[in-house]
Amino acid sequence: MTLEVMARAEGPIALNLAFKVEPGELLALVGPSGSGKSTVLRTIAGLWTPTTACVRVGGETWLDTARKVSLSPHQRKLGMVFQSYALFPHLTAEANVMAAMTDQPKASRVPEARRLLDLVNLGGLRQRRPADLSGGQQQRVAVARALARNPKVLLLDEPFSAVDRATRDSLHGEIRALRAGLTMPIVLVTHDMNEAQMLADRLVVIDAGQMVTSGPTDEVMVDAAALRALGIREAGSALHARIAAHEADELTRLDTSAGPIWLPLIDAAPGAALLVRIMAHDIILSRQRPAGLSALNILAVTVVSIRTGDGPGALVTCRAGDEVILARITRRSARMLELAPGVSCHAILKSMSVARDHIGLTP
Amino acid sequence: MDWTAFFLSLRLAGLTVLILLPVAVFAGRFLAYRHFAAKSLIEAVVMLPLVLPPTVFGFYLLTGFGARSPIGQAWQAMFGQPLVFTFEGLLLASVIFNLPFAIQPTQRGFEAIPVQVREAAACCGLSPLRALWRIELPLAWPGLMTAMALTFAHTLGEFGIVLMVGGSIPGQTKTIAISIYDKVQGFDMQGAATMSAVLLAISLTTIMLTFWLSARAGRRLS
Repeated sequence: MTLEVMARAEGPIALNLAFKVEPGELLALVGPSGSGKSTVLRTIAGLWTPTTACVRVGGETWLDTARKVSLSPHQRKLGMVFQSYALFPHLTAEANVMAAMTDQPKASRVPEARRLLDLVNLGGLRQRRPADLSGGQQQRVAVARALARNPKVLLLDEPFSAVDRATRDSLHGEIRALRAGLTMPIVLVTHDMNEAQMLADRLVVIDAGQMVTSGPTDEVMVDAAALRALGIREAGSALHARIAAHEADELTRLDTSAGPIWLPLIDAAPGAALLVRIMAHDIILSRQRPAGLSALNILAVTVVSIRTGDGPGALVTCRAGDEVILARITRRSARMLELAPGVSCHAILKSMSVARDHIGLTP
Repeated sequence: MDWTAFFLSLRLAGLTVLILLPVAVFAGRFLAYRHFAAKSLIEAVVMLPLVLPPTVFGFYLLTGFGARSPIGQAWQAMFGQPLVFTFEGLLLASVIFNLPFAIQPTQRGFEAIPVQVREAAACCGLSPLRALWRIELPLAWPGLMTAMALTFAHTLGEFGIVLMVGGSIPGQTKTIAISIYDKVQGFDMQGAATMSAVLLAISLTTIMLTFWLSARAGRRLS
């Protein structure tokens, strides 16, 4: 079941975009706050209707303003996770999940609700009311509730922005693990580029209601227009790594196709697959392999492209093995180093510069 | 102790609550969720019985329900009896002058439900009617309960309008409040004191019970 969305509106919220999400794919709508990301999600859910819009899921038309077709939200088989959790405060966790099962046979509701709460690691708190759950636990209930309807589309509206950072990290991990079993298109709205890069297969970048660009996450994250909308400080690449060993001095060695890197101890077993987000402004480039340097991670790379803008900076895209590494350096440095496509150099990364929430386990 | 008046008052209050319950739910919900140009005007009209002197309000109801008014004539044609100075007319007046007591707290109750909770109900596949029954009513319950208790207690205590529209016909329109007034007029201070005490006790109990239940519900929801 593919989700197809087209929306156009003049005001009060201007919109102009169209995209598709394939089954099992996670698409993130990203952009500055107030760019209309949530409006797109609300359009899919039927909570808002733009002047001209079309929403199709599989062969079903949920909304087609041209043909005056518009299903109300409860008629659209979808699951939605809200930023504020929006749990029903008078119902227990289990009853919250069961509230979304009205079209399922009564006998199967309790076991199914329990299965879903176990899936989000909340099996022990089934009888608690939302007021007695932490933010992270409430959001887990909300995820279970969203899945309870066997939705054809799963919508996540800034689902992790109201919880603290540690909880967000673990929720990211759980979503990545959960995704293996999900076959419906998933749309995530977020302003957190780390979240988008760590979770999404594809990105749609929106600015002032207009679609700036869309494509696979790795490609969009090096796209000039996308970075203009998102802010150049968000430029970074996602490295695919596997834990090789935990070393005695509290470092973990990771194997990547670009070579080994060392990061502060990661709480996962050797062999575990990881995604590591390396920010472009954390990378130093050097033509010679440096000696006598404190940084532990020195990767041999080849320059693919150099892009300069109006400012003093240059964004250098490098390749190492199967990985792309982005480096944000000054134009002056690029000139002094005589960088050009095809030039070999070394990318240097301080182990300590990689933030904990930039490392995520992948199933 | 005028038991006839006492039970008449209870019947009037009970029926008023019963009629106003669905009215309050639908009007309160509508006013809580919708935003439209004439909303302030409608809210002001609903509040009128609170600020108008009962005699003024009673006067308008009396002329509005009277034998020469369209409503009065239609009623006479349909049921073969006048609307004023009957129990039915008194009940209709009671329903109207209790509108603010029933609608206002109910509206506040519905307003207290976060928009996203209502949207979540729809996204969970609950039809509007199901969402009302399973989600909104349980959450708006404290407001609804306050509304019904206020309506009940206020009907027991209303004097001016009852006198204007109902007169003072024993068993028909003579409520406990009127009966107390008659007792004082007839220098039966003992009877007036007993009935006043009963009215006071009932009103106090009703309001206390509401506050207690409402606080309990509030604790459960917060």
